[in-house]
Amino acid sequence: MTTATDLLPASRGGTGTKTGGRRFGAFRFFGGQSNSGGEGAAKRVQFSSPFLPYLFLAPQLAIIFIFFYWPSVQAIQSSFYLEDPFGFGSTFVGMTNYTDVLKSGEYLGIARFTAVFTALVTFFALSIGLLLAVKADGVIRGNAAYKTLLIWVYAIAPPVAGLIGMMFFDQHIGPIVELARWFGWDIKVGLNYFDTAFSMVVVSVWKQIPYNFIFFLSGLQGIPVSVREAAAIDCRSGFRRFWTVILPLLAPTAFFLLIINVTYALFDTFGVIDVMVKDKAANNPITLVYKVYMDGFRGNDLGGSSAQSVILMLIVFVLTIFQFRFIERRVHYN
Amino acid sequence: MYRTKIFDHVILLFGVFIMVAPVVVAFMTSTHEAADIHRNGLSLTWGGHFVETYQTVLTREGGFTGKITGFNMMLNSMILGLGFAVGKIVLSMLAAYALVYFRFPLATFFFWVIFTTLLLPLEVRILPSYEVMNTLKLTNTYTGLIVPLLASATGTFYFRQFFKSVPDELLEAARIDGAGPFKFFIDVLVPLSRTMMAAIFIIMFVYGWNQYLWPTLMTTDEGFFTLVRGIKQILLVWVGSNIPDYNEAFALAILAMLPPVMIVVIFQRWFIKGLTESDK
Repeated sequence: MTTATDLLPASRGGTGTKTGGRRFGAFRFFGGQSNSGGEGAAKRVQFSSPFLPYLFLAPQLAIIFIFFYWPSVQAIQSSFYLEDPFGFGSTFVGMTNYTDVLKSGEYLGIARFTAVFTALVTFFALSIGLLLAVKADGVIRGNAAYKTLLIWVYAIAPPVAGLIGMMFFDQHIGPIVELARWFGWDIKVGLNYFDTAFSMVVVSVWKQIPYNFIFFLSGLQGIPVSVREAAAIDCRSGFRRFWTVILPLLAPTAFFLLIINVTYALFDTFGVIDVMVKDKAANNPITLVYKVYMDGFRGNDLGGSSAQSVILMLIVFVLTIFQFRFIERRVHYN
Repeated sequence: MYRTKIFDHVILLFGVFIMVAPVVVAFMTSTHEAADIHRNGLSLTWGGHFVETYQTVLTREGGFTGKITGFNMMLNSMILGLGFAVGKIVLSMLAAYALVYFRFPLATFFFWVIFTTLLLPLEVRILPSYEVMNTLKLTNTYTGLIVPLLASATGTFYFRQFFKSVPDELLEAARIDGAGPFKFFIDVLVPLSRTMMAAIFIIMFVYGWNQYLWPTLMTTDEGFFTLVRGIKQILLVWVGSNIPDYNEAFALAILAMLPPVMIVVIFQRWFIKGLTESDK
């Protein structure tokens, strides 16, 4: 156990900046830049065997081909077809599914809600996570206890968080509803569009705070003491020091988290939303992924659902490429 | 200086309160009787019905078929969590070993093939994945529940990075001693990776246990329901009834979060290591 950790360079501390660095290393391949250094040639000494590497790769490749490439290709293919609802074949319709989807007012409304929802969840989850990480990094007493207490919610599944949220926003027993009533706000989750959206954002943010906290904290702890001391000599104001020294150093972590949080808000909140709208999506706010699910599994609209899937694929694809590009640039400055 | 520190603690304590209070309230409320909760709302005090409620939830046969118990669902969750974590470790260690320690013509191509999976999460291809599972007749099986989730590169990426940080001298020494690829893997690399395996196991177990969307699609037979997947059923039953079984709903929520939370709290150091170094 100890040998393994000892062998790892910088296994303690420095995780934050390393986060950027590690991803950077592998994803240079995606950027199309070949690297003749350490990345390309993995080891000085290697085994050479005609069939062993294929044997070791076979299980992973088989699973990826069957459960990743096959369905992905099928999604793209069926997005150009109109499936007969009773299963009697399908006809090629070109881009019709896409134009139908993009022209539908309902779809655009959901897209708008998804954008607002994603922005709110990302913003609040990131800023609360950062605030708590900065404070936890600053205090000495009780540091470990705070850490444990703040991260364990990570382990709660989104739908379970949704269930607890439902109770807190319940008409009869919910304490948040009672609290809001004091201020003259009558929260009706499931009936009022805005109230439901509000509760979804609250639950989704709550669930994501620990994740951001962990990464920001390990990023902060990776900042060398010498840098902090130098900054402290130069600038007395702690607040200004944070904005001009600490935050720029945290930028790679923050950007990585930004993408992760956007992905979380787009996809992983499915459980929260599914539990909170309880199959009555009609006049409740839902996200794009939920719409794919509703159309595909409830509405049996295979073509439309596939077209929506492909649109989502494009969004994720752009996000990921953006992430690699940006990280590449960031690390350059380090 | 001193005053700002107190202010820091106030913020942290408030954060802890926000994160912890809902779950504590959920647990405390689950020990009250349903009628009691209906009358008095959520509770912060011990209700004294802990044993009854949890026994009912774990052993009462419910659902539409009247056969599924909370205990069964917990078992299914365990199978999903463990199966996923173990599968992930085995598959990705083997693949990473091939990519790092072997020289073969198609290495770069396979690297691409594997790492492209990082670009598209399962959520964007749920419907076609479901169709594929139907074609293969894998719905309502443990294989169908676990294996498609393994089709991503997260673990492979992680082990690849780790193997690269292992000094080359080890392989040189092993080869001088006459060790072949299998012997080197089993006797050198696996023992060396123990910490890594533990870290990734924790992350993957929590990830597998908490799966919701995929189990929802794959399992219509209640015998295969996991706890997390069963949550919605609880709510649907609860909506229709006169005095909702708040206590039982809370108890199931507590049971559904207990194993992953325990693992994260107990193995916190490895958990953080695995999370921050594997990026997912």
